[in-house]
Amino acid sequence: MSYLEYQIKHTPTGLRKVLYLNWPLIVLLSTICGVGFMMLYSVAGGSFSPWAEPQMKRFAMGMVAMFIVAMVPIWFWRNMAAVAYLVSLLLLVAVELFGEVGMGAQRWINLGFMRLQPSELMKITVILLIAAYYDWLDVRKVSHPFWVLVPVLLILLPVGLVLRQPDLGTAILLITGGGIVMFAAGVSLWYFAGVIGSVIGIVVAVFKSRGTDWQLLKNYQYGRIDTFLDPSRDPLGGGYHITQSKIALGSGGWTGRGYMQGTQSRLNFLPEKHTDFIFTTLAEEFGFIGGISLLGLYLLVLLFCLAAAFQNKDRFASLMTIGVAATFFLFFAVNMSMVMGLAPVVGVPLPLVSYGGSAMLVILVAFGFVQSAYIHRPR
Amino acid sequence: MRRPPKENEESTRGITRRGLLLGTAWLAFGTGLAARMRYLQVDQADQFRLLADENRIKDRLIAPARGLIWDRNGLPLATNEQNYRVVMVREEAGDPEEALDKLSELIPMTENDRAKALKAVMDRAPHVPVAVADRLTWEEVSAIAVNGPALPGITPEVGLSRSYPVAEDLCHVVGYVGPVSDYDLSRIEDQDPLLQIPKFQIGKSGAENKLERQLRGQAGNVRNEVNAGGRIIRELDRREGIPGDNIQLTIDAPLQNYVQARLAGEAASAVVMDVETGDLLACGSVPTFDPNKFVRGISVADYGELTGNPLNPLQGKAVQGAYPPGSTFKMVTALAAMDAGLIDTEETIYCRGYTEVGGRRFHCWKHSGHGNMNLNQSLRNSCDIYYYDIAQRVGIEKISEMARRLGLGERHALPMSAVSSGLTPTKAWKLERRGAEWVIGDSLNASIGQGFVLASPMQLAVMTSRLATGRAVEPRIVKSVNSVEVPIEETPELGLNQNHLRAIRQGMFAVSNNRRGTAFRSRIAADGKELAGKTGTSQVSNNRVNNANVPWEQRDHALFVGFAPYDAPKYAVSVVVEHGGGGSKAAAPVARDILLFAMYGGFPPEDAYPSSARAKARQIRNNLELRDFDALRDESSQA
Repeated sequence: MSYLEYQIKHTPTGLRKVLYLNWPLIVLLSTICGVGFMMLYSVAGGSFSPWAEPQMKRFAMGMVAMFIVAMVPIWFWRNMAAVAYLVSLLLLVAVELFGEVGMGAQRWINLGFMRLQPSELMKITVILLIAAYYDWLDVRKVSHPFWVLVPVLLILLPVGLVLRQPDLGTAILLITGGGIVMFAAGVSLWYFAGVIGSVIGIVVAVFKSRGTDWQLLKNYQYGRIDTFLDPSRDPLGGGYHITQSKIALGSGGWTGRGYMQGTQSRLNFLPEKHTDFIFTTLAEEFGFIGGISLLGLYLLVLLFCLAAAFQNKDRFASLMTIGVAATFFLFFAVNMSMVMGLAPVVGVPLPLVSYGGSAMLVILVAFGFVQSAYIHRPR
Repeated sequence: MRRPPKENEESTRGITRRGLLLGTAWLAFGTGLAARMRYLQVDQADQFRLLADENRIKDRLIAPARGLIWDRNGLPLATNEQNYRVVMVREEAGDPEEALDKLSELIPMTENDRAKALKAVMDRAPHVPVAVADRLTWEEVSAIAVNGPALPGITPEVGLSRSYPVAEDLCHVVGYVGPVSDYDLSRIEDQDPLLQIPKFQIGKSGAENKLERQLRGQAGNVRNEVNAGGRIIRELDRREGIPGDNIQLTIDAPLQNYVQARLAGEAASAVVMDVETGDLLACGSVPTFDPNKFVRGISVADYGELTGNPLNPLQGKAVQGAYPPGSTFKMVTALAAMDAGLIDTEETIYCRGYTEVGGRRFHCWKHSGHGNMNLNQSLRNSCDIYYYDIAQRVGIEKISEMARRLGLGERHALPMSAVSSGLTPTKAWKLERRGAEWVIGDSLNASIGQGFVLASPMQLAVMTSRLATGRAVEPRIVKSVNSVEVPIEETPELGLNQNHLRAIRQGMFAVSNNRRGTAFRSRIAADGKELAGKTGTSQVSNNRVNNANVPWEQRDHALFVGFAPYDAPKYAVSVVVEHGGGGSKAAAPVARDILLFAMYGGFPPEDAYPSSARAKARQIRNNLELRDFDALRDESSQA
């Protein structure tokens, strides 16, 4: 499908596009980032360094990138989806070969001005590719086994590479993100029932394989699952994160202990308080009210994305918007479940709040695609 | 590739349908998260708040200052000395090895000290101050303070450590402190949190041990906020402890010092008691040890020397020693017989040097015999036959009962270690403990303080006090607590016939003032300060031979009990010289010298001695090494 199909004369052009941006979504995202700055300022003990200031710079960079992406017509991005996917795939291979080691895994390539994590990039390019695939595919064929197998392979290829790093969190995000786009595209529910059935089978196999020579996960991954299931059995070791995180959350109470008054984070009892566990600091200092407010902001983002997807008649735009929303949902859902002791510690950041350049950049660029789809929607 | 609009519309409807499903699922999940958040933050908030406080608040105990111990005149016996030490904080010191090298240039440190300090520093968290040198002089501390900028992470500190200014003099009475051990913890019933402080000092022996609860005081508390690494961020609350009670003993330190010096060279013991109040003025026991060594941590070599010494310096013989009292027991036998009305003061018994009882021959110490003896003469000459005779009439039960009335065979309640109860035997006791019937020979032996009878020097002093006053004087050693005098209770009469008591005292007077008395050479010549007493020589070995020719450990114990002044008794004394030979030679002169020192409050004028004893007294006096109490007096008056 080419851009000629669109009624181009109704599409805004030039700087007028700025007026047609989905502004409520931008305000929501900026507010969430603002919450992030505030929390990074707090966990640094009331200081912009070392986290809040770099994060603000990245936010500025990310916003610029988002605007640039939004200005470019959506059909260009759709046509670039396959290329972007291939580039991401190559980078994933490159990171396997030349990547730098951090946290016990090869995860990033040093580009000089920033560290690029190809797995972050892949989260969004998979969404683009699957959405473009279903845009191209005849709607009547979506549930045909062969045409189902193709996107499954397209998803599993990067998943295999990411698992080699090994990065369980990203792998789960890739599979679920891609799967949700397939679900939205109308793939028969029987396939999903089948997949969920096999996942249960695999989980059983994973536990059965433990300690044998065909063990499916690394020992540390088993350890994380163990401590997730029973944090108290190793309160000062692996369970320490979850235990301290729950203490911080719980001690917040209704209204929290006050901004910069959280003892758990201020006295370093919280691990990784500026990255994966930043939500606990927020919940400790602002309590249930603060936590529920942030959750509300996240759900509002999803609401605006779904509304934009429903009102967009372009198949690629709708699917891509839902895919971005799904990825965004997975980020905060997995992170919050993790810090609240509902999921194992898998290393997924809280989107737009946790300290980290790649993740923020990728999310803002992804919302750039959503904006582009919104501006250039068929009218 | 152009798609018909219808298809497109259908696709949009499909996406919306699935999208609504997804949205519902997301909302449901979000609601689940909110519910979990509510459960943690609202329902369980109190519990987690408690856990968070447990994380961040650490209580630390402050050890209170240990109570001081003084003598009856306020001279310090146990004090808390300022102890300068050096602590090191590893993370501030940079390279700890280099820091220790620099430190060892300023203060003396052996290789061993250095290695120990390094290990202590490396074993603890980097921010914890660790003591690397202890007991420094003021000069050394000044040197470190001056060089402060060159020694980062190293700071001098002041702590308190126990010190005993009179050192050896009162090691058995005051005792010493030491770090609490696992053994102590298993034995002590009270759960004072102070005992959990590493190396907390508690009383290990003597009054330090027996008065531990009073001396220790109560712990203070600092409440600190700490971070995850254990570093103290700020102080939240502080409650000072209550210092231990200051305790004043009845001991007279200069007199005690004199007693120790006078006994030195023997394995001996002497007790001086106020006959009216029961105040123990001196509780001497030699040989001794320096309790300060125990506080600092005694070396294995030094400790081995103490335990290996046959004269047993670790034993406080004044209360722990139990000796056959020998002839000093004769007053008990005589009083028992008179009290039972079986003999009067004038009745005479003929001594021909031995008597035969049950086919066995019992000798008097004077084999040629004393001839006719009445009570006074029997005491004066210490005739054994007289007592063998009356013992057969009165029996062991009455003798032992009289002994207990006079304070023997009973454990007096004193805050001192291992107070001996001595032994006043009865027929039932022998049957139970020895599994044998009492025989008449046992009574004869007991009548002259041999056989089963045992008494400690302290008990003998109590007996002497009771004989001198006729009252049930109880010994005591605590004079005041926190400057509040311990009240002296009115001591009840013993209920003995005053004529009998007077006869006994007259007999004791004769011992040291009658030309024929066994202690005549140890009399006191000063008017109004005359000594009355009784010598004793108790057999250790059965074969009676000349003491000079037998090994030390088989020689007889020499004993003497006495009081003075005779007319108005004030001081009672008992002296036991282990394996010292005869009581009149080895014990009586010592007792006389001690009583003179007590009565004059220092060295007596020479004419207090009989002229024949003056040269010897002068010689002994010149050889004594006494402590200079002036410095201590100045110190205590300043405090």
